[in-house]
Amino acid sequence: MRSEASWGLKLAALGGLLFLHLPILLIFLYAFTTEERSYAFPPPGYTTEWFAVAWNREDIWPPLWLSLKVAAISTVMAMILGTLAAAAMARARFFGRDQVTLLILLPIALPGVITGMSLRSAFGVLDIPFSTWTIVLGHATFCIVIVYNNAIARMRRLSGGILEASADLGANAFQTFRHVLLPNLGSALLAGGMLAFALSFDEVIVTTFTAGQQSTLPIWMLNELVRPRQRPVTNVVAIVVFAATFVPILIAYYLTRGGSETAGMGK
Amino acid sequence: MTYPAILPAKGLADRLTGTFWRRPGLLLLLLIAPPLLWLGVVYLGSLAALLLQSFYSIDEFSGVVKEEFTLKTYAELFRAQNLDIIIRTVVMATAVTLACAVLAFPIAYYAARYAKGPWKAAFYLGVMLPLWSSYLVKVYAWKLILAKEGILGWAAEGTHTSWIIDGILSVPFLEGSSLSTSPFGTFLVFVYIWLPYMILPMQAALERVPNSMLEASADLGATQSQTFRTVILPLALPGVIAGSIFTFSLTLGDYIIPQIVGDSSRFIGLTVYQLQGTAGNTPLAAAFAVVPILIMLVYLSLAKRAGAFDAL
Repeated sequence: MRSEASWGLKLAALGGLLFLHLPILLIFLYAFTTEERSYAFPPPGYTTEWFAVAWNREDIWPPLWLSLKVAAISTVMAMILGTLAAAAMARARFFGRDQVTLLILLPIALPGVITGMSLRSAFGVLDIPFSTWTIVLGHATFCIVIVYNNAIARMRRLSGGILEASADLGANAFQTFRHVLLPNLGSALLAGGMLAFALSFDEVIVTTFTAGQQSTLPIWMLNELVRPRQRPVTNVVAIVVFAATFVPILIAYYLTRGGSETAGMGK
Repeated sequence: MTYPAILPAKGLADRLTGTFWRRPGLLLLLLIAPPLLWLGVVYLGSLAALLLQSFYSIDEFSGVVKEEFTLKTYAELFRAQNLDIIIRTVVMATAVTLACAVLAFPIAYYAARYAKGPWKAAFYLGVMLPLWSSYLVKVYAWKLILAKEGILGWAAEGTHTSWIIDGILSVPFLEGSSLSTSPFGTFLVFVYIWLPYMILPMQAALERVPNSMLEASADLGATQSQTFRTVILPLALPGVIAGSIFTFSLTLGDYIIPQIVGDSSRFIGLTVYQLQGTAGNTPLAAAFAVVPILIMLVYLSLAKRAGAFDAL
């Protein structure tokens, strides 16, 4: 085997990466365009006024708060449930273990429309009215696996010896958790939480089924995409949504880099 | 003075620790119960509700859901127009999966076999960031690109290659006034959005191909392309299949992309959304949602036979 890649391969690989990244950059350009009616390229002029217009738009703030609230609650719930599941599954061998793994993975393995439609059916059958909590119910369910994947990878790397050493030195189970397990898991859990937050903040497919008349920021954006009103404002919101997901992803990457569990393998 | 070998239990926490030590099953049960209850009740419960709804039917005159067991709703799936939707979705998912496999291979291959040090990290981050960054923003970016007055049209005009776009738009079934209203646009966006899901398992599978095998192949006189066809490709196949599970399943269920880019012809996801929303026909929506589940079950059992689960 040659140790140097052929030019064709290099070109194809680099082209593929560019294909993945260039479209996102375009959003930034369009947020500054002076053209309001169409997606004309190149933009006829540049302006920063849309940021001020977006800031003053009353209808953007409530969806933004709702999205932040839902993402925060879902992340906390997913972190608790995902860590518990990982702690149970990391070492134990028990009957039905594979089935439990499948159950944890299922919410992201099946298309979102199925999760959404299922929850919608359940709310219908049980006469549950739509609220913030119906959105959280869906989000926490598919965020569990994100935290679980990060936590279980770290636990597998952790030597069982340090837990035994802690017990030998007289610590009880809760002290071991607090002083030994948690510091070792910390960055993996934080990374999982970051990714869960990013996933929840941006989620639109399941949310449209569980939100009823409420509007999260992605739903607001979807409505603007289907029936555009002020296109440049949508561009500004797109940048905000992008940043709100991009920053947690980068942090998660730096928290787990170098390990076998580098964030994101699980999505 | 002698000290006991075992420290005396002080307080509840110590006594619980002793119990956990004697009965590890109890600790396991306490740990797994909350997540299992959540997923069991919320997720499996909802799936059960979905199945239940799909066996109900809707009264054609009053539009009220009749809560009696019937297979009538499933029979409706076999109407010509509904079969069309299912076939269109499966064809699209197949095309997207094939295109993703072709596009992903060079990236995964280069990242797995040639990229070293900082380049390796760059490739990893380069795939991971688009995978995780906002789905809706990515779809929106393509709306900007594919619009008639957008960057692609501008570039084609500048390079006098508009005839390529016009050519694509005049192919039967791909017609549209611009790429953003043509099924070809829908296809492009699907490929773009799901491509990272194909690259990652592919790269993982390629990384596991031992170098010694490639050297052995070369020693035995195989040319580069022979090694590729008879050694690398078969060993990478489980990774390709693992990736295809994602691209296929995600395309089957997506309903945002065909709504924003394309000729608004209906796909399974979009149909489910419209039926439960404006049409108020939850039973038929539920029955439609069961279709991707069934297709994926078949697909997964085939993938399992091909050994793709070890590559996940």
